[in-house]
Amino acid sequence: MDSSFAITGKGYVIVAADMTAARSIVKMQSNEDKIKVLGSHLLMAFSGEPGDTVQFAEYIERNIRLAHIRNTYPLPPPSAASWIRRELADSLRSRSPYAVNLLVAGYDLPTHEPKLYWIDYLGTMAPVPFAAHGYGSYFALSLLDKYHDPEATVDEGLATLRRCIDEVSKRLIVTPGKFKVKIVDKNGVREVDF
Amino acid sequence: MEYNGGSVVAMVGKGCVAIASDLRLGNQALGISSNFQKIFPITDRIYLGLPGLATDVTTLKEQFRYRVNMYTIKEEREIEPEAFAHLVSSTLYERRFGPYFIEPVMAGLTKKPSGEYRPFIAASDLIGCLNFAKDFVVAGTASSKLFGVAEGLWEPDLEPEDLFETISQTLLNAVDRDAYSGWGAIVHVITPESVITRTLKGRMD
Repeated sequence: MDSSFAITGKGYVIVAADMTAARSIVKMQSNEDKIKVLGSHLLMAFSGEPGDTVQFAEYIERNIRLAHIRNTYPLPPPSAASWIRRELADSLRSRSPYAVNLLVAGYDLPTHEPKLYWIDYLGTMAPVPFAAHGYGSYFALSLLDKYHDPEATVDEGLATLRRCIDEVSKRLIVTPGKFKVKIVDKNGVREVDF
Repeated sequence: MEYNGGSVVAMVGKGCVAIASDLRLGNQALGISSNFQKIFPITDRIYLGLPGLATDVTTLKEQFRYRVNMYTIKEEREIEPEAFAHLVSSTLYERRFGPYFIEPVMAGLTKKPSGEYRPFIAASDLIGCLNFAKDFVVAGTASSKLFGVAEGLWEPDLEPEDLFETISQTLLNAVDRDAYSGWGAIVHVITPESVITRTLKGRMD
């Protein structure tokens, strides 16, 4: 039932994920952080099978950190996304595949470009200007088709995100509740109150 | 094939070949991306189209890049289209009982001993059964429609610009009848001198 969204704009990517941890019809927690900070300029929103999600996200987090320590430089967003995709694709044809969907967002320092990758549990990866996972995607993607602007400022981006979240809250039978919102730009990663 | 959608077609011309695909990536009926490349350059004269399950598109693209690089280093020469077709076939047959869900289409120019170039196209099923056609090959979710339009439009010995028009109209009209393909298209025409790549606009529904 979890939903996550991401929107690129002029020099930034906004990532949002709901904060509920549910089991069947029961809400177990309403302040869970489903967006991992993988580096100074890299974010990853994760959703999917409970259990797999946190296990996989922590595995990715530690290995991205390891790559940074070994090579002095952090993996740039395209390389990080490719490696994460490969981990999921290999996992898919293993004995116990991870069922985790991801949105990998980063700011590529050398090219000064915001990067966003949509990745699903099969290891499908697509570079996209905006993306969504979960039931929210059925409402948000059509809104983003209309309102997304690659040249938008952060405030305009947040206004577009607000439209998406409001629509999901209005139309989805189970309202996702509060959302955690993080932004990555040239200054790094920050969380915003939403 | 219907999970992510997508289609590829390749055609033979006079001293040239063309390969084209749509740009859609979907999750069943939901569209995810309108810029998902399914055709990849293998050498300067060989292009490979990989319609099917999108995770395997990326995995196989990386796999073929690795294998063609190893071939180039070991043989100290570029791979020829015929050899590459058999490389594709054996790579797929390695996974005979747990296949990659991809139906590859390749197009290239073979260098003859005389120095001339001969057009080459081929397609394969998901376990590596090759189909060397003399006219055109199709694959993907719109393959049945592509067969119909291509059969009507294609003719022998088309010059590069006419071949471009033929393959573009074939693809565009076929994907408009397929819900899982479309959202723009890309066409590559391979001639001995150069590769002409054009991105086409299409219906966005």
